[in-house]
Amino acid sequence: MDDALSKPFDPLIRPAGLGGVLVTFGDGLSEPANRAALAFSAAVDRAGIAGIEECAPSLVSVFVRFDPLGVSLDAVTRALTDLLQEQDWHAAPLPQGRRFIRVPTVYGGDLAPQFDESAAAAGRSRDDALKDLSEARVRVQTIGFAPGQPYLGLLPEAWNIPRQTNLTQAVPEGALVLAIRQLVLFSVTNPTGWRHVGQTALKLFRPDSDDPFFLRPGDEVQFVPVDRDVLENARSDPDGGAEIQVIR
Amino acid sequence: MTRALIVHRIVPGATVQDMGRTGFLAFGLSRGGAADRLALAEGAALLGQLPSSAALELPGSGGVFEATAPLRIALTGAPMRVTLDGETLAWNASHMLPQGAMLEIGAVTSGSYGYLHVGGGFATQTRLGAQSAHLAAGVGQPVVAGDHVPVGPDAKTEVGLTLPVDPRFSGGVLRVMESFQSDVFDADTRLRFGQTAFHRDARANRMGIRLNSDGDGFFAKGGLNILSETIVPGDIQVTGDGAPYLLLSESQTTGGYPRIGTVIPADLSRAVQTPPGGSITFDWVSRADALIAQERMQAYLAQLPKAVTPLIRDPAQIRDLLSYQLISGATAGHIEEQEP
Repeated sequence: MDDALSKPFDPLIRPAGLGGVLVTFGDGLSEPANRAALAFSAAVDRAGIAGIEECAPSLVSVFVRFDPLGVSLDAVTRALTDLLQEQDWHAAPLPQGRRFIRVPTVYGGDLAPQFDESAAAAGRSRDDALKDLSEARVRVQTIGFAPGQPYLGLLPEAWNIPRQTNLTQAVPEGALVLAIRQLVLFSVTNPTGWRHVGQTALKLFRPDSDDPFFLRPGDEVQFVPVDRDVLENARSDPDGGAEIQVIR
Repeated sequence: MTRALIVHRIVPGATVQDMGRTGFLAFGLSRGGAADRLALAEGAALLGQLPSSAALELPGSGGVFEATAPLRIALTGAPMRVTLDGETLAWNASHMLPQGAMLEIGAVTSGSYGYLHVGGGFATQTRLGAQSAHLAAGVGQPVVAGDHVPVGPDAKTEVGLTLPVDPRFSGGVLRVMESFQSDVFDADTRLRFGQTAFHRDARANRMGIRLNSDGDGFFAKGGLNILSETIVPGDIQVTGDGAPYLLLSESQTTGGYPRIGTVIPADLSRAVQTPPGGSITFDWVSRADALIAQERMQAYLAQLPKAVTPLIRDPAQIRDLLSYQLISGATAGHIEEQEP
């Protein structure tokens, strides 16, 4: 992720609606701020603070939902401030039980029609672009927007390409899209302003399963290039042919 | 016979909804649930059951329904034209739907979402802790013609009850409080936001409502370069064209467009019931005022079961007097005998 390691940032606690607060660990995306958000969210879960009903990490923040009539904003803020002071959250380790997952991916062609324009936007040849994207070992920074949908990063600096001005009407489930040095793997069909560079057969959200969400924050992913027929064969497997290895 | 509601015809986008599912924000799944949560509570009060009972949410219009066994029903939310075998039924009231009778629910007369509740609640599959369809997430499906929607057991028999209508079906003032990104809009922009007459765009759904106004859009200082953060229902985000977009319970869980403020929970039923083209204005309120409104809403919900009163009928207009329950606790005997 990023490079702004040295800049200290005092965590901010701000109200988010009547029954929520947002605890923010950075003013931009950075590796320490992301690790702080993941670790602090887990700590809030463990702490069992009275009145707190749910918490969820985003890229560099933690959203905490509480019952606004059961507990005051001041009390929640005090409890979270105490917890913030327990350790240097920016130095927290990544979550336990992380996995390394290799996902078969078709780059370019009909299945991923914006690979070429993305390579051009990044100033990379097709071959170099394929090498950059398929060799990158990116990490799940957060799950959000849609169920089970990961934000992964960071890609090399050349891939700091902007979102499109216009939305693509729809990309399918399993689509790998790219902007601002990040990848998002789509869990449902949705419109997007990001560019569609690859296609996988991974089902990220399985509402009828006991284990409905495939990826977790901290997991590392590599999108391995395969031919189209390999991908089509992998469609019968909810894991989309992915190989899963526990990180020790 | 299995208790079920037979669907002969139904509006597109109708779904079974309860209070939605919490605890999955960290996994990208928003709460969802009934668009008008007050209407869900009203139906439960009319049928004397838990507010968590699942009902059928009808966007804009209804359909034609029949019961496989006698069912108690209640009708709440946006009022719709409704008849039972051709006889007009009262809205915001409970009724008996005899086996084989045709319940015909037409278009809304005001508001956006009507609700058909059944005694015992709909007994559709629970997924991730709730029965609510969350179509944006691919959880569950719309209810369509030909479906037999299963209905749970119902120990109660009382019908012919009504509730005072909480008027919220034609837009109006929505109270809004500042949120963590309000200050990316300058003070003049926020002030103008509270003075602007908006109208609901035709494009609206369970995820959100676009709001139109004459004059300038509402632009954040420094453009749109904001990290994605968690969305709460009621957040008002402003996209690139400067138009506010009110996010509802089935929205995405995170968003990178700046949010000017958050509609307080007590006003979300009014917001979702605003019909296409309906007028909306925003009134900035303090946190203290928002808390008072929340207390009032909770008190209102808590008293609903006690607020039900018998529906006043003209006996001359009731075709089959014996099928109605006229005194609490006394019923036409055949109703209970239908229970499996």
